[in-house]
Amino acid sequence: MRRVVVTGLGLVTPLGADVETVWANLLAGKSGAGPITRFDTTGQKCLIACEVKPADHEYGFDAGKRVDHKIQRQVDPFIVYGIDAAGQALEDAGLVDMDDDLKMRTGCSIGSGIGGLPGIESESIVLHEKGPGRVSPHFVHGRLINLISGQVSIKYGLMGPNHAVVTACSTGAHSIGDAARMIKDGDADVMLAGGAESTINPLGVAGFAQARALNCSFNDRPTEASRPYDKDRDGFVMGEGAGVVVLEEYEHAKARGAKIYAEVVGYGLSGDAYHVTAPHPEGKGAELAMRMALRKAGLNAGDIDYVNAHGTSTMADTIELAAVKRVLGDDLSGASMSSTKSAIGHLLGGAGAVETIFCILAIRDQIVPPTLNLHNPDEGTEGVDLVPLVAKKRTVRAALNNSFGFGGTNASVIVKAI
Amino acid sequence: MSDTADRVKKIVVEHLGVEAEKVTEDASFIDDLGADSLDIVELVMAFEEEFGVEIPDDAAEKIATVSDAIKYIDENKG
Repeated sequence: MRRVVVTGLGLVTPLGADVETVWANLLAGKSGAGPITRFDTTGQKCLIACEVKPADHEYGFDAGKRVDHKIQRQVDPFIVYGIDAAGQALEDAGLVDMDDDLKMRTGCSIGSGIGGLPGIESESIVLHEKGPGRVSPHFVHGRLINLISGQVSIKYGLMGPNHAVVTACSTGAHSIGDAARMIKDGDADVMLAGGAESTINPLGVAGFAQARALNCSFNDRPTEASRPYDKDRDGFVMGEGAGVVVLEEYEHAKARGAKIYAEVVGYGLSGDAYHVTAPHPEGKGAELAMRMALRKAGLNAGDIDYVNAHGTSTMADTIELAAVKRVLGDDLSGASMSSTKSAIGHLLGGAGAVETIFCILAIRDQIVPPTLNLHNPDEGTEGVDLVPLVAKKRTVRAALNNSFGFGGTNASVIVKAI
Repeated sequence: MSDTADRVKKIVVEHLGVEAEKVTEDASFIDDLGADSLDIVELVMAFEEEFGVEIPDDAAEKIATVSDAIKYIDENKG
């Protein structure tokens, strides 16, 4: 059986625009949240978000580093983030210069939950105010979700499978899981896989606030707003950014002497079949996804040392925790579980990929990132290590990432030390 | 250099992300400045906005170089 390993990582997040900076800031307990600076928030219920910082910030993002000026002007920010994260991952894997044979065996599966909402919003205003003749000729392909995979394949000449998952906040995890299967099935030897999102625009913030999903009660204390499992949690804080990994067939990676971070050993998927935005109250879908991932991995509950929870800082946190307990045991069989959304917010379609990268780094460095702002754990959290406030050194052999999305879509990915 | 030429070149530099020195009057948008057909549609829209001219599709198709654009604008702006 073909095995799939991770040989490259790329991150653009509110805590930095490269893997080591993001990871150091995350372990140091920093928060990426602040007042929204992208637009005038007058009239909005939610005034805060975790924005990717501008280039002149201490850990800001310089779009010009890997994305042509012309493309930056033509496409939505989620595509720019995705192209950059994919470039980082390829550079990290030592695969920027591939021969033609390998290019034909290398594909892309980089998705997004929502896609180019900011551009749809602004171009709608152009249409309304100036007429159809002023709509940009780059409007459509600058907003489409599969255009990260498209742009990356054109930039690097990658002719393998070109795919893009759209499963709301499960996108990043599904992208990695599906791409791993493509390698297992022999469709490709190398896949760039991940997700990206950028919807911190008036319509995106208003839409999630109206759906009663966003935190609107900590506008004066943005860094305290994302507080998974805490009694005072009141909705998620929107983040943005991208996470992309290089997945590679194990023998291929070994033969070229690649640095191997971890193996993708388990992947589970399910549907809640319950409600468009609310999770099943008993977390049945989440449980199914986790059980499938464990079964595929051939692991037992006690083998999982770290769970990067979906944990969005909503009422659903305790539903997920109850499901994790049913799968791993009341004390999670000694595993630690944290939600890094407490620090970087909810990256929506990017979340599952970014958080799987955190699982991989936890394995690499034998340390688990904290759940910030967890001062008063909610009922049902007793006896579980939710890694409150500070990072924790511990053995991490295998780690599980959960991602759940609107529509009741669930994905769990398990990575393991090789 | 005419005022029209200056403003056209500024738009080309901004939209195509090319160095100003490359935007000579005989430069071809496609062959010399890396534009594709959609970029030209976008440039023509930007010229229309900047100069308040209408550039119909059949005229836009004949604009291949920077000087073609300057000439059309000078002849047609109000």
